[in-house]
Amino acid sequence: MADHPLPEPEVAREWLETMLRIRRFEERAGEQYARAKIGGFLHLAIGEEATIVGSTRALRASDYLIGTYRTHGHTLARGSEPGRVMAELFGRVDGLCRGRGGSMHMFDLERRFLGGYGIVGGNLPIAAGFALAHDYLRTEDVTLCQFGDGASNQGTFGETMNLAALWNLPVVFMVTNNRFGMGTALERHSAQTDLQRKGEGYGVPGMECDGMDVVDTFRVTTEAVRIAREERRPVLVEALTYRFRGHSMADPEEYRTKEEVEEYRRRDPIVTFGDRLVAEGVVSAEERAAMDAEATRIADEAVAFADASPAPEPTSLYDDVYVLGGEVQGWYSVDERGAGVRRGEDIG
Amino acid sequence: MATLRYREALNQALREEMTRDERVFLMGEDIGVFNGAYKVTQGLLDEFGEQRVRDTPISENTIVGMGVGAAMLGLRPVVELMTINFSLLALDQVVNHAAHIRYMFGGQVTVPLVIRMPQGAGHQLGPTHSHSFEAIYLHVPGILVAVPSTPADAKGLLKAAIRDENPVVFIEHEYLYGQRGEVPDEDDHVVPFGKAAIRREGADVTIVGISRMAVTAEKAAVQLAEQHEIDAEVIDPRTLRPLDLDTILASVRKTNRCVIVEEGWPHGGVGANLAALIQEQAFDDLDAPIGRVTGADVPMPYAKNLEQIAFPHEPQVVEAVRAACGDL
Repeated sequence: MADHPLPEPEVAREWLETMLRIRRFEERAGEQYARAKIGGFLHLAIGEEATIVGSTRALRASDYLIGTYRTHGHTLARGSEPGRVMAELFGRVDGLCRGRGGSMHMFDLERRFLGGYGIVGGNLPIAAGFALAHDYLRTEDVTLCQFGDGASNQGTFGETMNLAALWNLPVVFMVTNNRFGMGTALERHSAQTDLQRKGEGYGVPGMECDGMDVVDTFRVTTEAVRIAREERRPVLVEALTYRFRGHSMADPEEYRTKEEVEEYRRRDPIVTFGDRLVAEGVVSAEERAAMDAEATRIADEAVAFADASPAPEPTSLYDDVYVLGGEVQGWYSVDERGAGVRRGEDIG
Repeated sequence: MATLRYREALNQALREEMTRDERVFLMGEDIGVFNGAYKVTQGLLDEFGEQRVRDTPISENTIVGMGVGAAMLGLRPVVELMTINFSLLALDQVVNHAAHIRYMFGGQVTVPLVIRMPQGAGHQLGPTHSHSFEAIYLHVPGILVAVPSTPADAKGLLKAAIRDENPVVFIEHEYLYGQRGEVPDEDDHVVPFGKAAIRREGADVTIVGISRMAVTAEKAAVQLAEQHEIDAEVIDPRTLRPLDLDTILASVRKTNRCVIVEEGWPHGGVGANLAALIQEQAFDDLDAPIGRVTGADVPMPYAKNLEQIAFPHEPQVVEAVRAACGDL
């Protein structure tokens, strides 16, 4: 690949460091899933770290990010505490969402990461709604909306592209093309496999980046974000990437060969970027090893934090279904009509 | 008191709330240049401009989803879906997103979104354009459901809905748009959610009417008094979530008989749910099985004669009440 110049050394180091922290965190999460500490589905983004870090680093802290059910790394890249992310996976009270969302539904308002969403394509209209709010409130904010290649086949994709272009909304759509919609290969699920072109007919121009290269992903996303912010119009970026692990932990991977996975693993975005930083004298081999060890330590600490965090109180079951009080009176939930405490009302 | 049509009362509510709060804006199909398929938004584009009265393409799921996103960032979107029939296309955004976002993200955000739409049969629009779906939305925790049946309630409940921090499914009725009624003149006529209205006091039987059927129930009650010497109490719950069960139970404890009238289908309907709640709470007070009058369990036919017998009218209500009172 044609290498684009590296950013400032401290920036390059931070990118490598963040990618390593995401990788080690997710590896630990996979182990904890195997030990049944984590329930439900666990979708790992191992292999996609350059896409995550390169794209989110193109945002200001005040910009908004919205993703899918594969967003542990996005929370970490935005600065969420690893312990709270792991605690969410564990279904504990200190989780980002107090154990209500789990792996597929991460959220950190403070860091303007507005959600992992479990329904494929469900987050696109919501992202356009954020961008509508930026426009309405006349802020400089931009929303970056990430979704997978599979989501580009949903009705919401076309509907949202059309509306975002029609209303000139400051939103960057990023299709993270990891070549599979769950177990169905790209060429078997999309007639147009050049996904950056799928917005063209709606008036949303496309761009492409090497999602295995953090530098290229940053470069292209930066330009897309600039267009959204300054020219007030949407852009679709296709990040070409690959996930090394199954769709979820419950995936026998019968739809692809070991050789294909191996070939992509040779392009591991963390290894290649680390090699480059060493080769160009940005980090020493020792610094790189220390960075990795620190990433492992943080992941272990996150596991310990999650393990120590208590499960949510049963009495909190009805919390936050409704905003209670104010001008709205009366009964909200049918099963709160029993004798005794009206659960959920005592937080009003 | 001013006499207004239901659609005019809704229009007033929108105008007043948009004037009061700049965060309130409208999105929907043909609400601007066309002035609304049912003229509820008449004149609002001229008055408030294109930023706040936004004509949308026909993309129900995305319109509602954009409302969800805008609401999460602090705006107060009011989304109009042309009819409730098309809301099925938006069900993912209503259920998986609007209703669940606050809960599944641990209370970090609210979704103060209002989704307005009319329902109802009677205009020979056939199976896909004649639905009554309050039962579907009632089923979902996380949203509030309003079913106003009078101009005064249409206005007051819509103002309350726009001010509420919860997502609200606001179900209007095609038949009611042209109906007139007294609306209080006061500057700020707000009807709180979760408070039923007793439309007519009576001693012999409680009739609960949902949406347009509150009007049908009231007319039936007049017939029952005049022709059958049955003194019916008519209750309009006005909102189904929250539900003012206390008012309904107090009435049933007084009359000892109850008939529920709704336009939707019988299985899994509002009446089925309400009958269960009433018998759980007031079994010993009941002198007869709770009666239900519902739409027929069929897709809505086009032929006028068939359509008219496929949703409740006064005679069916009268008959069901007489049965509950042992008068047949």
